[in-house]
Amino acid sequence: MLFKTRNFDGAPVALQARNLTVSLPETPGNPQVLKGIDVTIRQGETVCLVGESGSGKSVTSLAIMGLLPQALKVATGSITLQGQDLLPLSQAQMRQLRAARVAMIFQEPMTALNPVLRVGDQIMEVMELHTDLPVAERRARARAIMEQVHLPDVDRIFRSYPHQLSGGQRQRIMIAMALVLEPVLLIADEPTTALDVTTQKQILSLIDELQQKHGTAVLFITHDMGVVAEIADTVYVMKHGEIVEHGPIETLLRQPRAEYTRKLLSAVPSLSPRAARAVADNTVLRVESLNKIYGGGGILKKLPQAHAAKDVTFTLPRGRTLGIVGESGSGKSTVARCIMRLIDPTSGRIMLDGTDIADLSRRALRPHRQKLQVVFQDPMRSLNPRWTIAESLIEGPLNYGTPRREALAEAARLMGVVGLPQDALARYPHQFSGGQRQRIAIARAVMMRPDVLVADEAVSALDVSVQAQVLDLLDQLQRDLGIAIVFITHDLRVAAQICDEVIVMQRGAVVEHGPADRVLSTPAHSYTRALIDAAPGRFWDFHNFRELPKVNHAEPA
Amino acid sequence: MSPVPPPTSAMQPVLRALRLPQFGWGSKIAALVLAVIVVLTLLAQWIAPHDPLAMNPLARLKGPIEGHPLGTDNFGRDIFSRVLIGGQLSLIIGIATAVVSVLIGLVIGMVAGFFRTADAIIMRMMDALMAIPSILLAIALVALNGPSVGSVIAAITIPEIPRVVRLVRAVVLAAREEPYVEAAIALGTSMPKILVRHLVPNTLAPLIVQGTYILASAILTEAILSFLGAGVSTETPTWGNIMAEGRMFFRIKPELILYPGLALSLCILSINLLGDAARDMLDPRLKKRAG
Repeated sequence: MLFKTRNFDGAPVALQARNLTVSLPETPGNPQVLKGIDVTIRQGETVCLVGESGSGKSVTSLAIMGLLPQALKVATGSITLQGQDLLPLSQAQMRQLRAARVAMIFQEPMTALNPVLRVGDQIMEVMELHTDLPVAERRARARAIMEQVHLPDVDRIFRSYPHQLSGGQRQRIMIAMALVLEPVLLIADEPTTALDVTTQKQILSLIDELQQKHGTAVLFITHDMGVVAEIADTVYVMKHGEIVEHGPIETLLRQPRAEYTRKLLSAVPSLSPRAARAVADNTVLRVESLNKIYGGGGILKKLPQAHAAKDVTFTLPRGRTLGIVGESGSGKSTVARCIMRLIDPTSGRIMLDGTDIADLSRRALRPHRQKLQVVFQDPMRSLNPRWTIAESLIEGPLNYGTPRREALAEAARLMGVVGLPQDALARYPHQFSGGQRQRIAIARAVMMRPDVLVADEAVSALDVSVQAQVLDLLDQLQRDLGIAIVFITHDLRVAAQICDEVIVMQRGAVVEHGPADRVLSTPAHSYTRALIDAAPGRFWDFHNFRELPKVNHAEPA
Repeated sequence: MSPVPPPTSAMQPVLRALRLPQFGWGSKIAALVLAVIVVLTLLAQWIAPHDPLAMNPLARLKGPIEGHPLGTDNFGRDIFSRVLIGGQLSLIIGIATAVVSVLIGLVIGMVAGFFRTADAIIMRMMDALMAIPSILLAIALVALNGPSVGSVIAAITIPEIPRVVRLVRAVVLAAREEPYVEAAIALGTSMPKILVRHLVPNTLAPLIVQGTYILASAILTEAILSFLGAGVSTETPTWGNIMAEGRMFFRIKPELILYPGLALSLCILSINLLGDAARDMLDPRLKKRAG
């Protein structure tokens, strides 16, 4: 079994929060953000706080760090670090404590690092502020910790600026900064959410390794049950500022007691692919050796080229879903944007219903646009914030000459289809949650009666339970209307749930292409296998609260 | 001269500022002062006790006397009437400059921001325009066309346009990458429609703020041009012209410069304060309380 089964009952308590209540005193009604939560973290233990957005998991970490925003105040309760009560401490005392005894790493290492300082100096700065070590000693320790976080070529990286490093390397620097003073407690707030799965796997095992070496207590905040299964000793499940359940990882995943935990676990998409559907024969979209090359211009000197999509070829029958899977920089979004003609492909053909739209001019393309619609990742930005939902929905049909009254009637009907109330039409995007906005974006695309829907990471920004609902909605629309879907995702679980066929892309090239069940259960290419191996919690069937039957990988060809 | 058009770009933040309680006394007083100046100059034809051009050799350089609340100048003209009427032209030129430069800048900025091919060419032209000092341009234009309101407006407007263009272009560059703009492209919305319906609204807030600053600086520049004799014809009373004429006698009678100068300073100070208030209100990051 792959779960951690260490017992910490005898270990000294590193941090304890008791009956911690955080409220918004200046808001009418004094709403509570945290409602009397109890958390205990022992030396060497990894405690995961899981919950969906708005559950209060980040507020908990900020309360421990003494970094609550002005509007939030601790109302009752205590936070003790190795027996020392943290709440009465002054700002200056907390500042001394942070980094030295409690350290934190964040989701986005690019914004957490200072872009104008070399990373080596940033690690040394931590020691300069909290110790009186001489410069030579600080430098030596900075190098030592950089070795420990397995950064290659320490000499070069020491002198690098954050933008010169990859996301994984930046997160390693953050971890080095956090651990250089050997803190008692490390708080990791979604530290791998912005990273690719293969990088995520490395960072998770790095945190694990360093924890065992230094005996640090880790409070790991995440929304990803797969990550929890990989890393946690103990899990606390949070919802609306309360802890609904806590316990050792294996017990919690096998026998969840709280209804909410069951719901959360059941919503995690399974890695086992959906049953293959009969292959339809009427092709609606055919892409032939599509290439997109960036750069290469320049007047005096030829600029370096980036081959963002290399000879991508696939066909998509009506009513079927094609997944394009890959990590950041793999070219999957480039392909999507080429198909949408949001960017112009360098070469290749895009046959939509028998017409090649790859080279059409803007004007000639216009009649074909309505057959091809898109849903984007970020539900906050995909609707014009100044427009009512009705205006956004009817924009497309009005462009193609549908009378306003008819378009509005259709919009009202679709609100019902995507499960939103009729009065939603008169409201503005900010009045809806992320999942609701994504439904609206889907409704807007469906208003055009498209043949092909391109979903570019359309569920990646959503909580798992909402993600499941949106995937269900797409599935239902596909069955009712026969829409073909190009589904771009980095998440193999989601791909397994929705795709009939899968393309795996790496550095612009298609490395594997085939039916989803074949590609995901018996991957032929080593990169596909690496992706699947890196998927956190791949050994566990969250839906059925048990381990998955053994996965067979085909031997590399 | 036609009556002053309603100064919308200046009054809009004024009205909002008055409605919103979080604004300090500074901006409220500024709004009041500006309102008084605008109303007095708008109604100058009816309020002014004398013809601002009527000379009276018997009452030269008098202090405040019966019928002349601020006294008279070296030709016996009523200073109060001259400052009121002079304000009209100053405000007209200021508002016209603000409106024209914002409108032209908006169009050019939208084109530069949205169409990549046009961007480099337009922005280099804007860089060139920005290098022209408005005073020198005004002197050149007045030398070519003779002193007229049009020349002055053109001279002040042209160097302001690049500032507006840069602002609009920056906003459009950011907004055009928004997924909702790409979604609109996918929905078959035409380029002009996307520009007008999706992108222009994003530029309005910063443009209102920029507009108030242009208004203030245009009024000031007009006064400087008149003072230097490069503005509108010297016989026409404007704040700058009144001060330029008063220069000769201000050792004897400092009020000749004091009153138009005071009107000018108060006007510009209150417009700038209101511009700051509008900026704070429209930029959520500068709001005192987060929503």
